[in-house]
Amino acid sequence: MNAYKVERWTRQSVFFSAAVGALLLVLAVGPLVFPPGITDRLTTLFIYIILAAMWNALAGYGGLVSIGQQLFIGLGGYALIRISNAGVPMFPALILAIVIIALVALPIGELMLRLRGGEFAIGMWVLAELAHFSINLDPLIQGETGTSLLALNAFTPGARRADIYWMGLALMILLLGTLFVLLRGKIGASIQAIRDDEIAAASVGVKVQNGKRVMFVLAAGGCAAAGVLNLATTISYQPHAFFGIQWTAYMLFMALVGGLGTFEGPIIGAILFFSMETFFGATGVLYLIGLGVVALGFALFIPRGIWGEVEARFGVRLLPVGYFLKMVEGEKVK
Amino acid sequence: MNFLNQVLQGAMLGGFYALVACGLSFLFGVMRIINLAHGSLAILGAFLLLGMLNATNWPNTMGDYGYLAPFVCLAIVLPVMAAIGWALQFLVLDRSLRAGPLIPVLSTFGVAVILDNGMFETYGANSNSLGPFIGDLSFGSWNLTDTIYIGQLDALIFGTAVVVLGGLQLMLTYTKLGRTIRATADAPDVVGLIGVNQKLVFSAAAAIAVMLTGLAGVFDGMRTSFAPYDGGTLLIFAFETVVIGGIGSLWGTLVGGVVLGVAQNIGAEINPAGFQIAGHLTFLVILIFRTFGFKIPLPRLPFRKAAA
Repeated sequence: MNAYKVERWTRQSVFFSAAVGALLLVLAVGPLVFPPGITDRLTTLFIYIILAAMWNALAGYGGLVSIGQQLFIGLGGYALIRISNAGVPMFPALILAIVIIALVALPIGELMLRLRGGEFAIGMWVLAELAHFSINLDPLIQGETGTSLLALNAFTPGARRADIYWMGLALMILLLGTLFVLLRGKIGASIQAIRDDEIAAASVGVKVQNGKRVMFVLAAGGCAAAGVLNLATTISYQPHAFFGIQWTAYMLFMALVGGLGTFEGPIIGAILFFSMETFFGATGVLYLIGLGVVALGFALFIPRGIWGEVEARFGVRLLPVGYFLKMVEGEKVK
Repeated sequence: MNFLNQVLQGAMLGGFYALVACGLSFLFGVMRIINLAHGSLAILGAFLLLGMLNATNWPNTMGDYGYLAPFVCLAIVLPVMAAIGWALQFLVLDRSLRAGPLIPVLSTFGVAVILDNGMFETYGANSNSLGPFIGDLSFGSWNLTDTIYIGQLDALIFGTAVVVLGGLQLMLTYTKLGRTIRATADAPDVVGLIGVNQKLVFSAAAAIAVMLTGLAGVFDGMRTSFAPYDGGTLLIFAFETVVIGGIGSLWGTLVGGVVLGVAQNIGAEINPAGFQIAGHLTFLVILIFRTFGFKIPLPRLPFRKAAA
């Protein structure tokens, strides 16, 4: 029997993690040096990265495709409107809204996680629609007319832009960091086992339901964070924009094209989506058809996505989420 | 009495929901796929029929019988929808099925995005209706009392739903194709051993399902107006109907549709927004009951029980 050792940090991943750290430092001073337009666009990018990573946490790791994650985007925005309306200062209200929606997700998960496959997918959509129509009844929201986050008027546009940018950056780091830590820990091993083969995982004693619960609540909180940030950037809360199915189309595109079930993939997918939107967004419907065609093509022909293919072909892993098994002679087995 | 009438209208609406749902239910029963493009395909059927009516000008050339033109066109649209179903299976579903449980959900959603936006690009945002083409049928009704009535179109749709569901049952029970479909649904990997071409069976099933979906879409267009992005709502209602009625049960679909329709109409009596909310709530309550172990017995078709 050959001797082997388990390696987590490869030279590659050490280098890349350092580069990520440096990039984050640059981003942290962003609003002080970037022109306002860039700051705003980057905040949008942070929102997309959060959404992609959270949808991937659910679908890629939890094996749960939801077409109703806009439920939490909409609820997050609604919670912020309500909490802010009750007089809580802006930034505590942001955090509170996210925490409350993550708590709300606990009982929702208990029910929905009993469903499977397409049933779970549409069941989540029904919940999103139900929440949408119920919130329309709230006099504060005024139906589809919507309302605005008036508390933001207290800030100057410049300060608001910078604060929301930092908030977005911080939330992105926090949420992706949480996912990263979870994936590296015990729960990560079980989640990745579920991703690879749920039935086999259950048969060797992995607590499948627990792993899914964690991913569900994380994804709910993350989508609520995206909703809260979206509200903070757009200021107006129109229920149909927050509960729209287009969010699912975006998330699905980013996660699927980037690479489901990889940590880096959805980030790449989000950047790709962001660039496509920047260049082709003005073409409107044709752009959306294009998104659908690309997503369908990836689902059918490249289901591992861009990063999944890269990982499989070249054995690279930029962030140390998994392990490499190395023979002592230095032969890489993975 | 008005309340009673609302319940009756809801029940009639249920016939429509059953018709919308049976394509979804059938495809799920055979292939274990929930087709997220289902609603969009229904809307596509309505647009195809509308396009034919406009292109042929039959409503005018047929004179007094012009109101029958949509039904004549149906004879052409339905085979076209069947062909689309065949192509869908050939190009998308077949490949998705082999790629694991996540992929069918992703790929059919992709198809829905393409169809919805493609129809928007082709037909624009305006609401359309097939109602004007069917003459008196769209508003004619039989009055039972002063406040209780049955719409003629509603009755036609309900009757069609019963015929379609009965026809499916007979087909599945007594024809060779039906037996083959059932066998394939039961054990897709095994039927190959006894000389069944699984791909062919799935293609036939998809063709039937999408044809029925097109039929439902046409009736949707006759009942009310339709627009390119309406497919999502139809999909949700169809799905709720299937779940309420019990997945895999065709007659349950009719019961599910009636329950959903009645719930929605009672909800609408309470509050204008109540139509949607009451429907979704009823669906959730039944879902919770089911998931936590209450059995609601329903007559079942000779499908196997849905693999939980």
